[in-house]
Amino acid sequence: MSVIAILIIVSLMLAGGFLAAFFWAVRSGAMDDMHTPALRILSEDGDEPLTKEE
Amino acid sequence: MLEQVHATRPSPDAREHGAPRCHHCGLPCADRTIGAGDHVFCCAGCRTVFEILSESGLARFYDLNAGPGTRVSAAPAAGRFEYLDDPSIRPRLLDFSDGTLARATLRLPAIHCVACVWLLENLFKLHPAIGASRVNFPRRELTVTFQEKDLPLSRVVELLTSIGYEPALSLANLAGATEQRVARGLYTRLGVAGFAFGNVMLLSFPAYFGLSTEEPRLRALFSAISLLLSVPVLLYSASDYWRAAWLCVRRRLLTIDLPIAIGIVALYGQSLQHILMHAGDGYLDTFTGLIFFLLCGKWFQRRTYERLSFDRDYTSYFPLSVTRREAGGDRIVPITQLVVGDRVVVRNGELIPSDAELVSGAASIDYSFITGEAEPVAKTPGELLHAGGRQVGGALEIRLLKDVAQSTLTSLWNQDAFRKHAGKGLESLTNRVSRWFTPAILAIATLAAAYWQWRDPSNAVRVFVAVLIVACPCALAMTAPFAEGAALRVLGRRRLYLRDASVIEALSGIDTIVFDKTGTLTTRSRARPAFHGAPLSPAEQTAILSLTQHSTHPHSTALREAMEDAGEAVEVTDFRETAGAGIEGVVHNQHYQLGSARWLAAQGVDMAADSGADAETRVWLSIAGRRRGYWAPQSRYRADIGRLAGALRQRYRLAVLSGDTERERATLETLFGRDVDMRFRESPMGKLAFIRGLQEAGRRVMMVGDGLNDAGALKQSDVGVAVSEDTAGFSPACDMILDAGRLGELPGALQLSRRAVAIVMASFVLSFIYNAVGIGFAARGALSPLVAAILMPLSSVSVVAFATGAVAWAGRRRPQNP
Repeated sequence: MSVIAILIIVSLMLAGGFLAAFFWAVRSGAMDDMHTPALRILSEDGDEPLTKEE
Repeated sequence: MLEQVHATRPSPDAREHGAPRCHHCGLPCADRTIGAGDHVFCCAGCRTVFEILSESGLARFYDLNAGPGTRVSAAPAAGRFEYLDDPSIRPRLLDFSDGTLARATLRLPAIHCVACVWLLENLFKLHPAIGASRVNFPRRELTVTFQEKDLPLSRVVELLTSIGYEPALSLANLAGATEQRVARGLYTRLGVAGFAFGNVMLLSFPAYFGLSTEEPRLRALFSAISLLLSVPVLLYSASDYWRAAWLCVRRRLLTIDLPIAIGIVALYGQSLQHILMHAGDGYLDTFTGLIFFLLCGKWFQRRTYERLSFDRDYTSYFPLSVTRREAGGDRIVPITQLVVGDRVVVRNGELIPSDAELVSGAASIDYSFITGEAEPVAKTPGELLHAGGRQVGGALEIRLLKDVAQSTLTSLWNQDAFRKHAGKGLESLTNRVSRWFTPAILAIATLAAAYWQWRDPSNAVRVFVAVLIVACPCALAMTAPFAEGAALRVLGRRRLYLRDASVIEALSGIDTIVFDKTGTLTTRSRARPAFHGAPLSPAEQTAILSLTQHSTHPHSTALREAMEDAGEAVEVTDFRETAGAGIEGVVHNQHYQLGSARWLAAQGVDMAADSGADAETRVWLSIAGRRRGYWAPQSRYRADIGRLAGALRQRYRLAVLSGDTERERATLETLFGRDVDMRFRESPMGKLAFIRGLQEAGRRVMMVGDGLNDAGALKQSDVGVAVSEDTAGFSPACDMILDAGRLGELPGALQLSRRAVAIVMASFVLSFIYNAVGIGFAARGALSPLVAAILMPLSSVSVVAFATGAVAWAGRRRPQNP
């Protein structure tokens, strides 16, 4: 039965890793603009580079 | 799903069939076209932009959308943006700068479509010093990185202006962006709550099936983990509710947040006690779920408001730079550098930046933005000029008496003055309900506890808390935001933009509608006014063009467009505008005068007696004191006014106010009917008084105007609707802004808001039913974690789904109603 305890703790840690990834995404601005990426896709042309490589 | 956010484009009210459309801006070319290769353009400006883009390999711009450009009126005057490089301004406009590389975020109101996004993100092709750029479409912002040494900020702005995307630079730019931090905070709170909710739910499953009693150690472990996961939810995710509840207590103002906070505390406290004392299961799944759903509601609300940018306060109204008169000459300086005692030059159409004393010049100040009074006030040297007034006439020199921030404009524009709904005590529906809801719940809980105290005392406390838990008004709190948010989106799709959700409730209570005539019911005809008299030479047309550029009067704008053969504008000396009468100035050493017959006669020009129906709307021209001819700029009624009036008459009392004379009465009566109240020759203050009179008689008034010279009336009314041909210019006194071509949508909007409020009421009833069922369980002492876990999400989701779905259904387009 103690196996369950270990399993739960490990899976929680894994889930916690995902939560940390979520925090990182929010902090780096992924959620700031949900609207423009949809428009950007429409104007993409497969051949030419989108933006200048920084 | 892709909503074109409305931008500053003139809406073609008259469709000119057969006229070729400009390849760049898409507007009809009227009489004149300029060609380049296979394409035609309406003006040299459009063709220039086309050439700039084609040469830089950006011709794809025209493939992505038809007529995607914006008409560029004139090349920016050299040095106009130089002040941006000033060391006191530059750092505040840049997000980042390390000496070589710099990044700036600029607001470009002209962004309106996919092609714009593509073009602006390919800006690097226009100049080698420009690096990556990124557009934020809903906010109409561009974030651009560039090599500052090779291309200073002022040149970047010049470049954007030259292709038609002039940035809107104002004091607001210098304020910084805190809104982003708030939005991100909501996401992290939501993430924590969702994370905890999912895991705690899983861990609660054994309790649902009654298995937990068999394995006490595992039960203890699961409970401990659930408790641990709930702590950040309690402290971090729910923190907004703690703050709001604390404010409720401090201000003695009861909003829905207080019963929610009580419910949260009850839930967590009860769970904590159960788990620690009785080795029980607790209600942590309900707890985390509750917080999660509430935050989802907030997120949805925010998403709806993101699209509508009504957040203009006085800072965005003010320009960023002014002309300061110094010992060495006139210099364009940033507005923040002004100090008391500075001498500033204010030209025609420019704003008084702060309270000042008039030093020299013929001042005629238009305070319509502040007081709604469109009649300019004449001032003599030595008199006080208030901030926010606009000069109508020649150039002035003024001496500042106050700092920009501390002048009367700031105090005038303070929240209270313009947040009328709060000031009028119009409580939102939700808060009105919550006022009796909390005491009711406490009463029921006490009664139930008292009953159990008599029947079986061990249950008393448990029942008390259970009632508090199950009565937590999660559904109640979310109903109004969701329903009203849905209504806002429906209206946004119809191009009607509301200030916020409270306007929906205000709209539903309206019983009287007042229309302003000029600019609202009428529109300037697209046809260029013809000149009656000997044809004007190009030199004369150039002179008239130059002269009218100094005036913002609608007649001047109409004449400007009629000057087809004019060249570039030239200098005008001794410019003077007499409000409501005419303008004059000296061009090419000749004295030009444009105005009404009466005024010109008073000036000594020989005018034959003029009679005729439209004698009053003729604009006469005199050169060197001799009468030369006239134009008759037409204004006509919008096409759908008759139908609009017919649709509104049945339900609402209508009235029409006009600053014009009675001669329009017959036409208006045909459109509106005979029993409609009509007032003529009304001044802006008169309009305001009329509305106030109606309100004192107990009526709820909606005012429909153009927002320019009826700001006061719009502010006074319960709902102020600004009808504009160009949504960039509106007064903040309005609650709703709609495109001129969409005036016919008004009855539909009113109907939708009435229905939305009815739906909100129905949703309240629905959530009360859930509450009653829940209280039934709780009072009997039968509120197990399972029951709570089912009831709470069920009630929230179903009530919200009902509210949103019903509003969307009410707002759907029926084919026969346009």
